[in-house]
Amino acid sequence: MSILLTKDTNFIIQGITGREAVNLTRENLDYGSTIVGGVTPGRAGRDVYGVPVYDCVRDVVKNHGAVEGSIISVPPGFTKDAAFEALENGIKLIVIVTENIPRKDVAQMVELAELRGARIIGPNCLGIISPEEGKMGGVGGPAANTRQAYSKGPVGIMSRSGGMTTEIASTLTAAGLGQSTCVSIGGDAIVGTTYAELMPLFEADPETKAIAIYSEPGGRMEAELAEWIQKHDSRLPVVAFMAGRFMDEMRGMRFGHAGTIVEGKEDTAAEKIERLRSAGIDVAERIEEIPALIQKRMQERKPERGN
Amino acid sequence: MRFYEYESKALFRRHKMPLGQGELASSAEEAKAAAAAIDGPVVMKSQVLSGGRMKAGAVKFADTPDEAAGLFAPIMAAEVSGQTGRSVLVEEKSPVAQEYFLSVTWDGRAKQPVVLFSDMGGIDIEEVAETHPEHLSRTHFSSILPISPRIAKEAVSAVGVSGSDLNRLTPIVFELMKIFLEYDLTLAEINPLAKLEDGRFIVLDGHVDMEAEARGRHKALLAELGVQEEETRQARPPTEFEIQGRQVNEADHRGVAGNVVEFDGNLGLVIGAGGGSLTLFDAVRKHGGKPANYCEIGGNPSVNKACELTKLILAKPGVEKIAVMMNVVSNTRVDIVARGVVKGCIESGKDPKDVIAIFRIPGAWEEEGFKILEKHGVEYCDRSVSMYEAAGRAVAKMG
Repeated sequence: MSILLTKDTNFIIQGITGREAVNLTRENLDYGSTIVGGVTPGRAGRDVYGVPVYDCVRDVVKNHGAVEGSIISVPPGFTKDAAFEALENGIKLIVIVTENIPRKDVAQMVELAELRGARIIGPNCLGIISPEEGKMGGVGGPAANTRQAYSKGPVGIMSRSGGMTTEIASTLTAAGLGQSTCVSIGGDAIVGTTYAELMPLFEADPETKAIAIYSEPGGRMEAELAEWIQKHDSRLPVVAFMAGRFMDEMRGMRFGHAGTIVEGKEDTAAEKIERLRSAGIDVAERIEEIPALIQKRMQERKPERGN
Repeated sequence: MRFYEYESKALFRRHKMPLGQGELASSAEEAKAAAAAIDGPVVMKSQVLSGGRMKAGAVKFADTPDEAAGLFAPIMAAEVSGQTGRSVLVEEKSPVAQEYFLSVTWDGRAKQPVVLFSDMGGIDIEEVAETHPEHLSRTHFSSILPISPRIAKEAVSAVGVSGSDLNRLTPIVFELMKIFLEYDLTLAEINPLAKLEDGRFIVLDGHVDMEAEARGRHKALLAELGVQEEETRQARPPTEFEIQGRQVNEADHRGVAGNVVEFDGNLGLVIGAGGGSLTLFDAVRKHGGKPANYCEIGGNPSVNKACELTKLILAKPGVEKIAVMMNVVSNTRVDIVARGVVKGCIESGKDPKDVIAIFRIPGAWEEEGFKILEKHGVEYCDRSVSMYEAAGRAVAKMG
């Protein structure tokens, strides 16, 4: 098992004829994902690596039946409309890779998704991978590189940084720890799905035995995760890596992702580390400490409930 | 992108928010004329992008035009968090009966805008939240469904305000909600929002932040306010090095070489991407290294972009070597970055093997990249060497 994405999940790519999207199409197909169609207005009738292109999402649904997911890779000014189109055509899982989308547009997409019972991952993310099942997005890059970094196993990864998702997975794989599903959730101040919102999915997935997260200053997402874990007495040990510790000395400057601007005392690295630790989450100083911390925590894990 | 107080107020004035009489002064003579036009006691406020002006002596009161003229220079000179004023706002001094706090911002957890309202304005709102939570209301509203004044009414009423005050405050709060959404703001704050002795409400101080990504949508407003395109409005103004970094990024649309920030050290950093850069910068510092800069390369930059960024960093006074490091890359080609930085070293008149302390970028096309580095004798490593360890190797070479 895995969360969000299995080898049977079918999806489309909106903006499929764009330079980045053409690469995405190839990398995702090579990894074994099922892409039923693509959408670029005015380009109906063409194909990208054998994937038929349509003008509207509606036309993909008409020709191929219900579509489960969509990757949106269109310029920032067009992203909201593309997400609305996917949502109004019944798509329930949307990965938005586009970056530099103003917060208002993101909030509007997320709110409509909620009204439609759908989920958005991103924006400004590299998507989802369930190793050896499929991937949805640029995570891991070309299929050969993806197979080198990601392997199937018990660890779920959630990360605000796309690149660090792969760095962590690669480190785990080298230590013999595979992954169930890895989600690059995006680095913006507002994202479709937060750590705390993914936790119930991992909690319900029998294959997942532990969680690794990449974290950085800015925002309240770690506080929300800490609260969730304490409130639900989670069965899953969580190990976090905190980057950007230097930013605590430089408030108000913008580094890293759009969400990584420290505005108050509650979103500094030091405050987050303290909050995570008080919820029983191990915070690693270096990436290479993560595998040993996870192994240790998995061994001393409380017995599975209901068994 | 932060607005100066006078710009925030110009925006509010467009929307007919209640404001006192005031004028911007760029000289002692202008300050005198502004005070004379007001014809009464005035408050003079330095225009800086930072809070805490009163404590820093950047806000003063004058009873006569001559007094206003004399206060201009000391107000301009007063340092607020390292900044001095760009001008002085001269406003009528209003007789205040009570101060309120009003703010609209995004709540990343609720993923909606939120109105914060308090009848205890003028003081630190975080303190009110802790000591008098019943005097601070938080009212979320939809960014997609139509909004109406009842949301504003509920925000004000929630702290116990009623009677004519409620009816006078509601349209002000509602207008600020609309301004917040219309201009892609990340913060629209009025503190204090003052009730005058005659019962009217006016905006005493305003604070507006616009989302940098949305600037392109609001060119007309920004032009009207006189905001120049190169103004980043961060906590400190960009240095010449940082401006050149931005030019390197903008000269070529392929890939990103963003967020170039200047530091004082001797080790130049060609690092990426968002999360990787934060991780690597921490690692360099942890090993006792002194970074000369911060940056974020990624998104498959061209040879030219990597080359130009390398040249910029190597040209910075005090830079002895550079470290080229990233996390395992997905969509950036290792060989292209390798070719770019090697070219940048050569074009700077330096031998790549002397100035590149370490090259650690694993991922797509790494074999091809490593071949280029080998040819030039540059020390490189693959993913078996952690980011932390790679940073340590670079720092160890810094003597």
